[in-house]
Amino acid sequence: MADTMTMRVTRYEPDLDHEPRTQDFSIPLRDNWVVLDGLNYIKDQLDGTLSYRWSCRMGICGSCGMMVDDEPVLTCATFLVDYAPGPIRVEPLANFPVVRDLVVDISDFIERLPRVSPWLVRHEDEPVDDGEYLQTPGELAEYEQYSMCINCMLCYSACPVYGLDPGFIGPAAIALAQRYNLDSRDQGAADRLDVLIHPDGLWGCTFVGECTTACPKDVDPAGAIQRYKLTAAIETLKSYVEGPS
Amino acid sequence: MTTAHDVVIVGGGGAGLRAAIAIAEEHPGLDVAIVSKVYPMRSHTVSAEGGAAGVIGADDSVDEHAYDTVSGSDWLADQDAVELFVHEAPRELLRLEHWGCPWSREPDGRIAVRSFGGMKKKRTWFAADKTGFHLLHTLFQTSLKYPAVHRHDEWFATKLLVDDGRVQGLVAIELATGRIETVTAKAVILATGGCGRVFPFTTNAAIKTGDGMALAYRAGAALKDMEFVQYHPTGLPFTGILITEAARAEGGWLLNADGYRYLQDYDLGKPEPTPVLRSMELGPRDRLSQAFVHEVEKGRAIDTPYGPVVNLDLRHLGPKLIDTKIPFVRELCRKYQNVDPATDLVQVRPVVHYMMGGVHTDLDGATSVRGLFAAGEVACVSINGANRLGSNSLPELLVFGARAGRTAAEYATTTPGPTRAGLAQADDEHRRIWRELRRREAGTERISAIREEMQHTMEGSAGIYRSGDSLTKAVDTLRGLQDRMRLVTLEDRSQTFNTELPAFLELSAMLDVAEAIVQSALCREESRGAHQRTDFPARDDDRFLAHSLARRAADGSCEIDYLPVTIRRWPAGERVYGR
Repeated sequence: MADTMTMRVTRYEPDLDHEPRTQDFSIPLRDNWVVLDGLNYIKDQLDGTLSYRWSCRMGICGSCGMMVDDEPVLTCATFLVDYAPGPIRVEPLANFPVVRDLVVDISDFIERLPRVSPWLVRHEDEPVDDGEYLQTPGELAEYEQYSMCINCMLCYSACPVYGLDPGFIGPAAIALAQRYNLDSRDQGAADRLDVLIHPDGLWGCTFVGECTTACPKDVDPAGAIQRYKLTAAIETLKSYVEGPS
Repeated sequence: MTTAHDVVIVGGGGAGLRAAIAIAEEHPGLDVAIVSKVYPMRSHTVSAEGGAAGVIGADDSVDEHAYDTVSGSDWLADQDAVELFVHEAPRELLRLEHWGCPWSREPDGRIAVRSFGGMKKKRTWFAADKTGFHLLHTLFQTSLKYPAVHRHDEWFATKLLVDDGRVQGLVAIELATGRIETVTAKAVILATGGCGRVFPFTTNAAIKTGDGMALAYRAGAALKDMEFVQYHPTGLPFTGILITEAARAEGGWLLNADGYRYLQDYDLGKPEPTPVLRSMELGPRDRLSQAFVHEVEKGRAIDTPYGPVVNLDLRHLGPKLIDTKIPFVRELCRKYQNVDPATDLVQVRPVVHYMMGGVHTDLDGATSVRGLFAAGEVACVSINGANRLGSNSLPELLVFGARAGRTAAEYATTTPGPTRAGLAQADDEHRRIWRELRRREAGTERISAIREEMQHTMEGSAGIYRSGDSLTKAVDTLRGLQDRMRLVTLEDRSQTFNTELPAFLELSAMLDVAEAIVQSALCREESRGAHQRTDFPARDDDRFLAHSLARRAADGSCEIDYLPVTIRRWPAGERVYGR
């Protein structure tokens, strides 16, 4: 195996570049190096102007998602040797506006998140001193998977619907709404229904399942959406039968 | 540009978010903002794994939690702070439950608790082994309920404004645009976390660069007990990824090269097949990390390209328990180390994990500078003393985050806005960033070279064992590195998401913090908890049952002073584990 590899990195500096360009860097190819190690090598040794986000390097902070050879991945969990002999292409996450180099603008997601009320809704808060709301391991298991989302945005990058219609609220937001809807302690499902059945909500999803494939944490947003479609259909029907409440 | 708020919180991790929610709930009329260099859910709280301690069992008591914490701290914790902490911790954890935190449960639906190092009772709440992740996301999502909580995401704070003897705000760079902002505030709460990145091998995320400690230190606040650096006994070699103490709490063993549970040789108890509280693998982190060093010296560790290691054996726990109780351990080992703990031994070594020291605060988070508060790892109250017990840091950031929030809010309601001189300082800072950094002439030094030299200096001089000689040399080396900062080249002149400028500012912060660590360690001529001096191997309560306070002197040097420890119910005694 060669001991170096070419990393082909997308560069874009809006003040200088009309459109993104690529730049090749030669980086050491080491067994235990992930793509992020390669980027850090470039930044530290070759070119201090390269911009990208990273932090925990253990797949939990959700900062370092990028496209590697056209797939949205966490670069801290993607090993260089799997792309040998290269070149390996590193690009910013698809479907988002690019701020600079490998940094994308996720403010759309961040600003939209509160719309699904991603917090525990109670009609009446019980005093903390009365102790915990009981929840059996089985009840916890109902929503636990959907609570694992790290907001890494890989699913938005993989989602063909979000790519065409940035108004679509998207897989992670719907999965998060489901995380609370399915929590036995939550009483806010009705509040979230309007947002979710809005045209930009879950009906936008064409269920190609790319989000679930891309998810590094096995959250299965596609499953959450599919499951919720059923709930939403029943609730909508009920509202016709029962009339406005 | 100028932005005005009543209270500004620097840092959007657990402590910062908890403070923000406390202010929004109890002082809804106040304008509170979080300035964070990353989106809040990227904060390093996210990486905490094992759990959060809070007395809940009928067989447990807050006094026992307090005693474990005080003895774990090698009697350097303030006992008034510890008593307050153990009393408020369960309530904070319950509040998190009411906000939706997916705590692991008993079959009947009650909160489940697990064993943890140095704790005599099972009292550590957990959300599998992603406790910090769930805690942070629960706080972040709950904070979205409060429109009064403004956020300035991806803003990098560069300086606190201090005039008229009080903090009046700060200057920050908006990373996306490079715009330099003056953020005025009546009170500022630092919640920026620790500084593990001053060392080369750490569990800490890239963002843990001691920014808040440096901001406070430069503003005249004291840094307390900075010599106490926690090495976690079980990090993955090369990456430094944390393998939670919960792995040992669930029954994991530490084995040397001979397959021998070596902790039995270090006054930590006798090996039993199942975990015994306050014994062996459930001893405190300082003692376990020190035992590792001795195993290396005896030639009983395993050599690897990334230094000596020992083995963590989880195989006997079986895949079912591993998947239920510590699934993240399995995920991390498989993904990053290519081993499966259900069938393979996991190589581990001690790794820099946590700063016991930090900005000196009182029980309400107030620092020695009026209007400046601090909570979480950036602060030192102190409940952790010379050695923090695992699972005390998450409840700490909740308890003291909330307290700092309330106190800062009350203070802000009776405090006037910024003075003209305070705003003039902001103008000076704007100019400094432009002139000295953006218009800097091409130099000869790279940021990464100085950073690496600092990290290796720290590992060599302020690691698990220290000596007066190595610390003295380190003081000089760090001074030299400070000088070389003037010669650093900044290649990036762009204003759009410039990450080189923050990297330079972070390095500058780390050098200040490193100096405080080394000076504090040099002056403490005794061995206590995580501070072990080979030239002063014994604890010396006559001279050093005291907190060190590091302050920046007028000439820029670091001066060390001492403050007595608050002892109440537990006079300093022997730390006993496993017997």
